[in-house]
Amino acid sequence: MTGAFVVGLLVAAGTYLVLQRGIVRVALGFVLLGHAANVLLVLSGGAGRRGAPLVGGGADAPADPLPQAFALTAIVIGFAMTAFILALAYRGRDVIGGDDVEDAESDDS
Amino acid sequence: MSGAAPLPIALPILAAGGAVMLRHRIPWPRALGLGTIVVHLALATAFVLATRTGEVLAVQVGDWPAPFAIALVLDPFSALMLLVAGVMVLVCTAFAIARGEDHRPFFYPLVLVLLAGVSGAFITADLFNLFVFFEVMLIASYVLLTMGAGARQIRHGIIYVMTNLLASTVFLIGTGVMYGVTGTVNMAELAAGDPATAGAAFAGALLLVSFGVKASLVPVHGWLPSSYPHASPAVAALFSGLLTKVGVYALFRVYSVVFGGAPQFRAALLAIAGATMLVGVFGAIGGEAMRSILSFHIVSQVGYMIMGLGLFGPLGLAGGIFYILHHIVVKTSLFLAAGAVETYQGTGALARLGGMARSHPVLAVGFSVSAFSLAGLPPFSGFFAKLVLVRAAFGSGSYAIAGISIVVSFFTLLSMLKIWNGVFWGRPQEEDGAHAAPPARAALVAPGVLLAVVSVTMAVFAQQMFELSSTAADVLVDPAGYVDAVLGGSR
Repeated sequence: MTGAFVVGLLVAAGTYLVLQRGIVRVALGFVLLGHAANVLLVLSGGAGRRGAPLVGGGADAPADPLPQAFALTAIVIGFAMTAFILALAYRGRDVIGGDDVEDAESDDS
Repeated sequence: MSGAAPLPIALPILAAGGAVMLRHRIPWPRALGLGTIVVHLALATAFVLATRTGEVLAVQVGDWPAPFAIALVLDPFSALMLLVAGVMVLVCTAFAIARGEDHRPFFYPLVLVLLAGVSGAFITADLFNLFVFFEVMLIASYVLLTMGAGARQIRHGIIYVMTNLLASTVFLIGTGVMYGVTGTVNMAELAAGDPATAGAAFAGALLLVSFGVKASLVPVHGWLPSSYPHASPAVAALFSGLLTKVGVYALFRVYSVVFGGAPQFRAALLAIAGATMLVGVFGAIGGEAMRSILSFHIVSQVGYMIMGLGLFGPLGLAGGIFYILHHIVVKTSLFLAAGAVETYQGTGALARLGGMARSHPVLAVGFSVSAFSLAGLPPFSGFFAKLVLVRAAFGSGSYAIAGISIVVSFFTLLSMLKIWNGVFWGRPQEEDGAHAAPPARAALVAPGVLLAVVSVTMAVFAQQMFELSSTAADVLVDPAGYVDAVLGGSR
């Protein structure tokens, strides 16, 4: 229940930020959305199972290691994407003169 | 043979690493890049030949037992997509060399990583692995799109990056929900499950949205006409043939194998297909520059592919697959022609061009062949592909979508005539400092014309193309062969 609430909160905050003007806010929004996806992935393995998933090691409710692997991969991918979009924002500050891409359609062919 | 399945992914990544390390030793990046693409092409040809009778080959990566391993599957559909992808990357790289774009740093590593990601997406049988390969492909495409880092690239690249980041997040959430509901992300294992449960349907809807963004379906198509016209010409040609088709492929694969062509979703798919066709073609008619019109065409033509998917059944899927193959070739040819025009004249705006048929007849002929093929005129490949689709539609009683597809063909022809009149016909525009049309360069025109020739060949061998597509469609209609190959642990 707590997990679902956390995911919902993160998605709400992330969606709000993604709809803002300014690349940096959008990037933060995607960071939050990525966190939400990762929490969801970990939860999908079963929130009540907390035991160590070791072969032959005797926890009675071993956690599911596969979604944790998913979450790790997704965290790394999200990290790379965040780095790239922030680099774009940084370059955009030099080239566009600001954070705002709203007037993107006023352009040549 | 199936043991070679990881090579189309592994070789480009290794070569990309080599190209990064050797990027300052001038002949090496190009040699590595072209060499790897040619090897990839040879492998893909071997795979197509090995699967042309409908055989499905699978390899479990790391030799873990199925279904825990990630399986790479070569069935007729994925082998054909690999082959076409390899051809497109080779031709577009040749165009980039002709334009001098390949001297930009990291060009070859990025193209190779893109090729690896696309290949992986085509042959993986695991949903999360599909996500990973999508990301590999996307990150390479982000950098390729924004290369040059000028104001224009940043503005329009940002739209592309943000839209695809959102689609990726939705994909990830969909995969998480799917795992939570069914306990697996292996597509073959999911095929045995029930697609009608609420959880699976919800996950499927999320996946549909994500793939729909990637494939530029209505109503999430807006990113494509905003970003493709502003990429550099070789990169735009590369993207036009490949990236949306990976989304279409994912839709075909997931809907056929994982959801078994569940009839509950077909009406929605047909509605989306019809809307996509119409919105795309009306956007194309209103375009004012070559690449804007062609970008809207991509949207419209994807609607035809989804029409094939929505009709399902052996004929509908065969038509869809035939359409995908035909469209990749023709669309890339058109974008290469537009890129050649932009290289010669410095602009793609219709108002500022004219009279190129007189000065560049070969380019004009190549463009018109591809344009007629796209519009679906006989005797070109587009006609045969659309014929199969319309027959499938009549066969299953979906007259509305058949009517829409025919009407859209007329409008496609109309927008192509608009480009023809604006760019190739008439007199050259007299600009201040009127320059004579630059002399034709064979290296610039050859890639587009070569692909036009390929599309004519496809039309000449339309029966064989249809049979290949039918064989591929049979594996999709009845995924038992696919499931056996993956879960049976065959190597």
